[in-house]
Amino acid sequence: MSVKIAVAGNPNSGKTTLFNALTGSNQYVGNWPGVTVERKEGVLTGHPDVVLVDLPGIYSLSTNSIEEELARDYLLESNPDAIINIVDGTNLERNLYLTTQLAELGIPMVLAINMMDEVEKSGVKIDSKALGNAFGVPVVEISALRETQIDELARVAVQTALTKGHLHPKHRFSGGVEHALGHIEEVALHDHPEHKQRWYAVKLFERNELVEAELGIPADLKAHIEQDIRHIEQEYDDESDSIIASERYDFIESVLERVTARKKAGALSPSDQIDRIVTNRWLALPIFAVIMFAVYYVSVNTVGSHLSDWIKTHLFGQIILSAVSGKLAEWGVAAWLRGLLVDGILAGVGSVLSFLPQMVVLFLFLSLLEYSGYMARVAFIMDRMFRKFGLSGKSFIPMLIGSGCGVPAIMAARTIENENDRRMTVITTSFIPCGAKLPVIAMIAEAFFGGRGWVAFGAYFLGIAAVVISGIILKKTPLFKGEAAPFVMELPAYRLPSLKSILITTWDRVSSFVKKASTIILLAAILLWFVTYFGWVDGRFQMLERAQIDNSIVAAFGNLIAWFFKPLGWGEWRPVVAALSGLVAKETVVTSFGIFYGFSEAAEAGHNAWAGLRANFTPLTGASFLVFVLLSAPCIAAISSIRQEMNSSKWTAFAVGYMSLVGYMTALVIFQIGTWLQTGFSFWTGIALGYIALVLWLMLRPAPTAERAPRIAKKEA
Amino acid sequence: MKTLRDVGIGESARVVKVHGQGSIRRRVMDMGITKNVEIFVRKVAPLGDPIEVNLRGYELSLRKDDAEIIEVL
Repeated sequence: MSVKIAVAGNPNSGKTTLFNALTGSNQYVGNWPGVTVERKEGVLTGHPDVVLVDLPGIYSLSTNSIEEELARDYLLESNPDAIINIVDGTNLERNLYLTTQLAELGIPMVLAINMMDEVEKSGVKIDSKALGNAFGVPVVEISALRETQIDELARVAVQTALTKGHLHPKHRFSGGVEHALGHIEEVALHDHPEHKQRWYAVKLFERNELVEAELGIPADLKAHIEQDIRHIEQEYDDESDSIIASERYDFIESVLERVTARKKAGALSPSDQIDRIVTNRWLALPIFAVIMFAVYYVSVNTVGSHLSDWIKTHLFGQIILSAVSGKLAEWGVAAWLRGLLVDGILAGVGSVLSFLPQMVVLFLFLSLLEYSGYMARVAFIMDRMFRKFGLSGKSFIPMLIGSGCGVPAIMAARTIENENDRRMTVITTSFIPCGAKLPVIAMIAEAFFGGRGWVAFGAYFLGIAAVVISGIILKKTPLFKGEAAPFVMELPAYRLPSLKSILITTWDRVSSFVKKASTIILLAAILLWFVTYFGWVDGRFQMLERAQIDNSIVAAFGNLIAWFFKPLGWGEWRPVVAALSGLVAKETVVTSFGIFYGFSEAAEAGHNAWAGLRANFTPLTGASFLVFVLLSAPCIAAISSIRQEMNSSKWTAFAVGYMSLVGYMTALVIFQIGTWLQTGFSFWTGIALGYIALVLWLMLRPAPTAERAPRIAKKEA
Repeated sequence: MKTLRDVGIGESARVVKVHGQGSIRRRVMDMGITKNVEIFVRKVAPLGDPIEVNLRGYELSLRKDDAEIIEVL
């Protein structure tokens, strides 16, 4: 028979490190149903029939965040056999707050006091036996980082789980509150299992509407309970929920006074000393800039792009390509099969693999930033700037990485706790021009604007403007409504992270991308190969040479939808197909243009190469085309990362649809306003002006519902 | 009414009451800002908001707007 144990604890308590230490590589990473919160399960090392579930890091079970809700629902509904509650020994007071709530659930529990090595170093003594007695649970002192006492914790946890008993919480509130809770249990909860009564009694005392509805408390009984609560509130001159919160902390304080002894510590801890410099009013921004530049330079510029380029152009573009096509020719494989293997499958695999080095490097950095505690400071430093756009201070990193590659950038968004902020970041990150868009920018800049300088600058400016405007507009829509995320964030102590945890986290993230995205990218590459290299020549369906691409399926499709792009100034199949081919990878747009307008690789150096392009485009249509490519739907790899991070087809469709709409309309505005200046007002000028007015209105209108309930209850002076 | 927002950097204050409603109020209390707790205002972020405070032996950051719901003495 299998045993289920949940691991619960505060964020930054070392929960992930503990989970890794307990399960090793025996992990399954997924998502909680319907949300973007990571869910991890693993088999307890040495106990093949014991499954550990890693609950999201939470401070409380009050359900004011998705994480808290998931943890609460899991604990109440899935009936785990035991809870391992990990608490940070250097920060017991706040960590034990969750412990008082967990204990009320009636589930057998083990308390794991983590970071004991640091506790001892700081000269604090914890009488863990007495602490355990105060809560009525066994206690194990551990260091997840150094993996001390992990086996002991596993042993005690399994033993506790096998008792199949119930925990009877031992912490007590003050007399009046206990009296009221007892009364609530008596009148409303007597036919519920005894070990769950206290949990429900406290929730009813706090007037928790969810629990009231769940228990189906009739109105007269509710009124009766309400009298009790009012009575206590008068006596304590406070509201019931804050009475409970205060009393939990009072209880913890009283316990800690008994069980801990500290030498009077006057000096600042090493972490405080680091923080005095790192988030110093004047030094914080320069230090932030240096760290971000280092992350960018190494992951995007140096290791990332060099290795990625090498994989793409050398390993797959030349070495493997020539080896494979040589062998295939030698074996006399049919031309279509060769095409499928080389241009379809190999190209697809190459494009998946080329993302890997960047991703690995980036995720190593990200987990280093997260585990060391600096990520919280990033939010602290950047919050003021980003919150106006419905983003989190932590959105800075995805945006920065987005200038290299959208795929790891979108995945970097998972360090943002708040779901609205995370979704907003995922939707807007691809507006930042990624490395693959640079060749397109360069092509248009050189063909029409005599150099790339300000065009490239304009492209970044446009991307940032799209992020900012989208943030302001989307924040006010019902999609992102709800209370503004409270920014009440712990700044955890700086810690040297464990290499094992960094490696496991990086591995989890990268391998989940490869597993999920590679199939989609591969299929897309094959599909695109097929529609590009097959078509009708003289009424016969056949495989095409490169020069015959006008006859391809994709050209036929381009002709079919070209009218739709007329208002953008380039309603002709070639640019339309080129833009569509950007779905595979944005730099493919340039390749497609090379094929369509005859300036393939050979002519790239000569200026005449642009003649074909100039004959078919004006600077205005060129600009409109560039804007569309920059802002509309990103490549398939990025879309599949959006799908993975959103964990929802609906949100993915919204993100892609929204970006395409923004790209289409912005290109339309540019072309139509330009045409207006050159030839005069038309129907389409009106559309463009109307769209600008709509955007301005959406930006400037007041938020439809009050973003937050009135801050201060005005009932007292 | 004096709130946490009015407490200067490097000063301490004692919490009288947490006002406000909904998840922000809940969250503030869950993080240990409850009646009678002593809060030390350590610093302000480089862009002027949020602030960093110390209480119950750990560091917490919150926006000045949110600090307004915390009545102090």
